[in-house]
Amino acid sequence: MRRLLIAIPYLWLLALFIVPFVIVFKISLSDLAVAIPPYTPTLDIAEGWAGFKAFLAELDFENYIWLTEDALYWKAYLSSLKIAVISTLLTLLVGYPIAYGMARAPEEWRAMLFMLVILPFWTSFLIRVYSWMGILSQEGYLNQVLLWIGVINEPLVILNTNIAVYIGIVYTYLPFMILPIYAALEKLDISLLEAAEDLGCSRFSAFWLVTIPLSKQGIIAGSFLVFIPTIGEFVIPSLLGGSRTLMIGKVLWEEFFSNRDWPVASAVAVVLLLILIIPIVLFQRNEQKQREADQ
Amino acid sequence: MRRMTWFNVTSLTFGFAFLYLPMVILIIYSFNESKLVTVWAGFSTKWYGEVLRNTAFLDAAWVTVKVAFLSSCLATILGTMAAIVMVRAGRFRGRTLFSGMIYAPMVMPEVITGLSLLLLFISLGMDRGVFTIVLAHTTFAMCYVSVVVSSRLVSFDQSLEEAALDLGCSPVQAFRLVTLPIIAPAVISGWLLAFTLSLDDLVIASFTSGPSATTLPMKIWSSVRLGVSPEINALSTIMILVVAIGVITASLINKRNVMRQRREEAAADKLA
Repeated sequence: MRRLLIAIPYLWLLALFIVPFVIVFKISLSDLAVAIPPYTPTLDIAEGWAGFKAFLAELDFENYIWLTEDALYWKAYLSSLKIAVISTLLTLLVGYPIAYGMARAPEEWRAMLFMLVILPFWTSFLIRVYSWMGILSQEGYLNQVLLWIGVINEPLVILNTNIAVYIGIVYTYLPFMILPIYAALEKLDISLLEAAEDLGCSRFSAFWLVTIPLSKQGIIAGSFLVFIPTIGEFVIPSLLGGSRTLMIGKVLWEEFFSNRDWPVASAVAVVLLLILIIPIVLFQRNEQKQREADQ
Repeated sequence: MRRMTWFNVTSLTFGFAFLYLPMVILIIYSFNESKLVTVWAGFSTKWYGEVLRNTAFLDAAWVTVKVAFLSSCLATILGTMAAIVMVRAGRFRGRTLFSGMIYAPMVMPEVITGLSLLLLFISLGMDRGVFTIVLAHTTFAMCYVSVVVSSRLVSFDQSLEEAALDLGCSPVQAFRLVTLPIIAPAVISGWLLAFTLSLDDLVIASFTSGPSATTLPMKIWSSVRLGVSPEINALSTIMILVVAIGVITASLINKRNVMRQRREEAAADKLA
């Protein structure tokens, strides 16, 4: 009974999460071919051990060498990292004051505010990104308003630039930043701040020396929750970014669907995964520490 | 409790304006008469008529709901099992790998999950369609379900289960009669989460579906790439309203249940 209970989800995840990665890794070592499936070698089980050895002999790291030779790929990795770092910082700057305001709001409002932060998370991601296309385009609502007020004389070009990508990321990932910070700030004991002020801290230095350090766990968790998925983001750079916005998720998609180069797409995925392992492990460790601190 | 400072009020006002204004604008302009989306030309509901007459959208919506329903049910069963294993099964071989497999899919970039599942389906020679999307969605959604359910499992009093076992329940009976009713709210929110995650997904569905199955996000995607369109605005408004009504109703029901549970607990305390 207990065995069965463990085995069913275990086998499911092995078959549909681990095995697929092994296959991706294998294909990343294969060569492109005009065939179905479009790569060689394919393992021929009928030939037994000799077939397996011949199969192994044909695998090589050619695609990875190709990734380092063509500037497109490492530029895309670097630019994804840059966009992820900048947008994580921007999300933190926008999200922290909101989380702070929520934690300081009267108790009877908090459930309502919490709900309002969660609600966008339930609505379609695609629609939320799409809603910015009408706002940021040349003849869009933002330009209409700015021209009408008279701040600008010519419409600004925002859509199809990196700025639009930053706005899109901050907008869609904001709840992921707000919620952990809010959870940390809500637990914070106000009397600590009062003590700091009694002992001669200014409001600002009390915030800097007490509130920020005590909400550190929330800041770290929120930053990882924004940073990790942003690196592989595909929808936002494709809809809001321009032809010059390079992000690795987009490169992988195009390599697969437009160029039909499965081996290179797989190699791109493996390298992306290797880059992500470090932040994922750090994030898990932070969560672990958090859980231990709570108990 | 300190009073709200001007700073807090401003940051909340601007913050929520930022979160909601784009969607409010989208909803308002879905009632725009003009084909040019950004120029207001009077009130009209004609785009809603266009959406409801567009069979391609309706077919895609049907596929999406089917996929979401099947995958969220499967994900709820598997995810609840995984949560029980994580919280109650104690030590077993490969536990670290198991918990890794539960957490990793949630932070995995969608392009990688999609690509790897597609390559699996191809090497197994499976025909791609509704079935493969369901398998893919179940896999990542079950992880979310298990996190939601295990947080409830951790917090409830295990001695209730032990009491049931002492009083002669079989483990299955104890689960059905004691554990399940207690974790039911978490199981339901897990199901809802899995359902909306599946409704929402574009990237994984695009990789794992074949020519026979197009989901609504895939349909929207191919139209949105060409630019803003009034039909998509109307469709988006319908989707936003359906989700908002669903979530608000669910949270109201949940709130009522929590209140009732508290009242019952208070009454039980009085009796004791």
